[in-house]
Amino acid sequence: MKFIKFLLLGSLFGILMAKSEAISWFRIQEMFRFQSFHMYGIIGTAVILGVAGVALIKKFNIRDYQGNPILFNPKDKSTTRYLAGGFIFGLGWALSGACPGPMVVNVGYGFLTMIIVFFFALVGTYLYGVIKNQLPH
Amino acid sequence: MSEFITQTWTWWFSGTMIAAIMFFLLYFGRYFGFSSNLRTICAAGGLGRRVKFFDFNWKSQTWNLVFLAGAIIGGFIAKEFLSSGEPVQISQATVSDLQKLGFAAPESLQPAELFSLESAFSLKGFLILALGGLMVGFGSRYAGGCTSGHAISGLSNLQLPSLIAVIGFFLGGLVMTFLIFPLIF
Repeated sequence: MKFIKFLLLGSLFGILMAKSEAISWFRIQEMFRFQSFHMYGIIGTAVILGVAGVALIKKFNIRDYQGNPILFNPKDKSTTRYLAGGFIFGLGWALSGACPGPMVVNVGYGFLTMIIVFFFALVGTYLYGVIKNQLPH
Repeated sequence: MSEFITQTWTWWFSGTMIAAIMFFLLYFGRYFGFSSNLRTICAAGGLGRRVKFFDFNWKSQTWNLVFLAGAIIGGFIAKEFLSSGEPVQISQATVSDLQKLGFAAPESLQPAELFSLESAFSLKGFLILALGGLMVGFGSRYAGGCTSGHAISGLSNLQLPSLIAVIGFFLGGLVMTFLIFPLIF
């Protein structure tokens, strides 16, 4: 059962997203309208601790559980794909109130119509795969 | 104690635990990036035979699919065992802004105007959910990541591309919220 740890981490992720209301369309609206600190607090805390932790991993060459070095793959340098892709993502995020993780947490929570959103996220991913080579990156 | 669990969990706790999840995944030789699952599911569905982008060894990503399955279970646990059923406590300013667009004050985590069965099976309601999902799926792959991969993992590694992507997320979100919402709601 080498996968059980990922099932537990995923469950913890789902519980956290639901219990901090990050899966709520209302919370995403509140964030994009700059009317509460809540979502910024969640993401900001994760990023500040993330930056500190990643720096420590690099400084002390901390290894993973199998003794292999923890590698960070730098993202390809570009502006177009990140800005254009990010912009389209943002349009969808504000409209549906959910990014991919929260979509499935919502389904578990009982908001079954999120299955429609998730299915079309798969369609969108497929569409990208089809027209990828025609897009500026 | 039980009230402590059933109320909304505070931002710093949630943020800290999300960072912890990212570090556990790194410790297990993996990474925190949820939208990769969308590509993996397309590949697992056999689309690699038709489109090269989905022709890869998707089985190496099984761990992330298991993480996804866990996220569904987590949502279920939160609802069944850890929830008070209280509506989401958003700011009064947001409630009144949304009321102007025709949304009632929250009665749960999600607006019935968008996520009830009734709405989802009306033409407009269905198109909203479908287009929202479509743009999230398309955009996350075009940008090479979503909130977890760019905003959390990428920014933690001080990646400039991730900062650009996050700026893109926000520009898109602001345009949808302030320019397009008044046209469609």
